[in-house]
Amino acid sequence: MTIPIAWYLVLSAILFCIGVAAFLIKRNIITVFMSIELMLNAVNLSFVAFAYQWHRLQGQIFVFFVMVVAAAEAAVGLAIIIAIFRARSTLNVDQVNLMKL
Amino acid sequence: MYLVLFILFAGLCVAGALNLLLQRHPINSALSLIVVMSSLAVLYLLLGAEFLAAAQVIVYAGAIMVLFTFVIMLLNAGEEERTHGSKAAYIVGIPGVGIVVGLLAFFFLSARTHLAQAKLGDYIVSTSDLSKVLFKDLLLPFEVTSVLILVAILGAVALASKEH
Repeated sequence: MTIPIAWYLVLSAILFCIGVAAFLIKRNIITVFMSIELMLNAVNLSFVAFAYQWHRLQGQIFVFFVMVVAAAEAAVGLAIIIAIFRARSTLNVDQVNLMKL
Repeated sequence: MYLVLFILFAGLCVAGALNLLLQRHPINSALSLIVVMSSLAVLYLLLGAEFLAAAQVIVYAGAIMVLFTFVIMLLNAGEEERTHGSKAAYIVGIPGVGIVVGLLAFFFLSARTHLAQAKLGDYIVSTSDLSKVLFKDLLLPFEVTSVLILVAILGAVALASKEH
C-alpha cells in the first residue's frame, strides 16, 4: 500500500493555512504565538516529505535546525509576552497598539 | 495499513489545528496544539524520520508546549473577547486563506505524477546517518545554534526579570 507524497504536501498546506487564519483571527497574544508554531510545524512536514522524495538527509537536518530556532524563539517570545503583560496588564493584541509605555 | 495510519493521523492533525482556531480559551488551544504536534511525530515516523519523530515529541510537544502552558497559567489568561479588528479578519482572512489552500492543493495534486509514492519502511534515516552529516559537514552551523540558544536564554532571563 502506497500513498503519494503530494498528500503530505497538501496536509502541510492545510496546516499552514489554518495557522495563518488563526494568526489573523485570534486576539490573545499567546494564541497568536501558538499559531506561529503551527506554521513552523507545517513547513517542517513539507521538509520531511521532500527529504523522503529526493532521498536526501539535508531536508531532515534543516528540520532539526528549525526546531532549535523555534525553541529559542519560544523562550524569548514568551519572555516578551510576560514583559508586555507586566506593563499593560492585558493579553489582547488590540490593546497593545503603542510602542510607548 | 499505511493509508489507514496516514488518514488517521492526518485527520487528527487537521482536527487539532481547527480546534486551536475555534477554541476561545488559550489553554484549550495549547492542548490541541499538543495533539497536532504528537500526530505530526507519527507522520514523521511514517516518512522514515526516526530521530525527528523523537525530537518532535521531546522538544515540541514536551519542552515548548510546557513553556506555553506554564505562561498561560502564570498570566492567568482568560477567554479572549471579540473586538472590531477580529471581525475584519473573519471577513477578509477566511476566504483568502481558503483560496490559498485550494490553489496549493490544486498545484500539488496536479504535480502528483512527478512526485514519488511513500511506502512503509522504504527509506529509513537512522540517527547515525543523520549525526554523520550533522557533525561532519554542518559542524559550524550546529555550533552557531548553540550560541543562539545561549543568547536566547540570556535574553529570556533579561526580559522576564523584574526591573528595579
